[in-house]
Amino acid sequence: MAVGSRAVAWLAGAARRIGSVPWRNISAEAVDRTLLVVKAACFAHVINSYVVSLALVRGPSMLPTMNLTGDIIAVDRVTARWGTVAVGDVVLLRSPENPRKTVTKRVLGLEGDAVTYIVDPHKGDASKTLVVPKGYVWVQGDNIYDSRDSRQFGPVPYGLIQGRAFYRVWPPEGFGFIGQKVTSL
Amino acid sequence: MHPTFTGSSTSFPGSLKGDVILVERFCLQKYKFSHGDVIIFRTPTNQKQLFVKRLIALPGDWIQVPESSEILQIPEGHCWVEGDNPASSLDSRSFGPIPLGLVQGRVTHVIWPPQRIGQVERKMPTGRISPY
Repeated sequence: MAVGSRAVAWLAGAARRIGSVPWRNISAEAVDRTLLVVKAACFAHVINSYVVSLALVRGPSMLPTMNLTGDIIAVDRVTARWGTVAVGDVVLLRSPENPRKTVTKRVLGLEGDAVTYIVDPHKGDASKTLVVPKGYVWVQGDNIYDSRDSRQFGPVPYGLIQGRAFYRVWPPEGFGFIGQKVTSL
Repeated sequence: MHPTFTGSSTSFPGSLKGDVILVERFCLQKYKFSHGDVIIFRTPTNQKQLFVKRLIALPGDWIQVPESSEILQIPEGHCWVEGDNPASSLDSRSFGPIPLGLVQGRVTHVIWPPQRIGQVERKMPTGRISPY
């Protein structure tokens, strides 16, 4: 019987202790903190999609501007949305051959420009010229020997451009603005 | 896209004469679409303009271009879109297949005006495409 009454007393004590925890304060604080995290996530998402974001670019098609093994660059999303991309800009765009892939190339011609390009640099100097239609841009990788770009898939609609790469963030040796070199290779 | 949607015939911005539709963007994760989906996309000739058309053919399909007897294969990464009202629709018959990267979402429902609320069905015109 003593055991039974001790158990009951312990349970009553536990209920009192649980009752004395300031639940209302804790839950208010938890909601506050969660809301703060949600607000920060929303803010980060808006900045990432509409102002500036980071991207990792890899591959040989933009040598020597971009490294083979990967650079982290800052991408400005405002220029593409406002339609002020210029010739010589390095842009990120959705590949017209696979919408799940984002590629980085340099814009060499806007709508109405006449673009002259070397058809196949491995096989000599034969070049072609064409006029970029309205609403399209001509993109080429800086490394024309190993780049799949408008020379293969033609001019791309402007709407595929996701952003303009303007600053290299990593590796630290390459820190700095990405140049506007207008190449006439 | 008549009669699936009623467009706003005035050019005054902000006028709600046309239908208001619900567009879902989960399909952009994998870019997986079905034949007959109604999609909204940026036009290839003007990136600031959005069009709503029906998806007729996906990459790899062979499509018979209407009003001309040519058969053409949709290149990879592209799709063929057409409006439901072919008499007055600016679509792939004019600007060719469009890259899937231009698609901004899939239309699932009409939510305004109240008498037109309902789901937008996926329907395919017969005899237009063959998979080989």
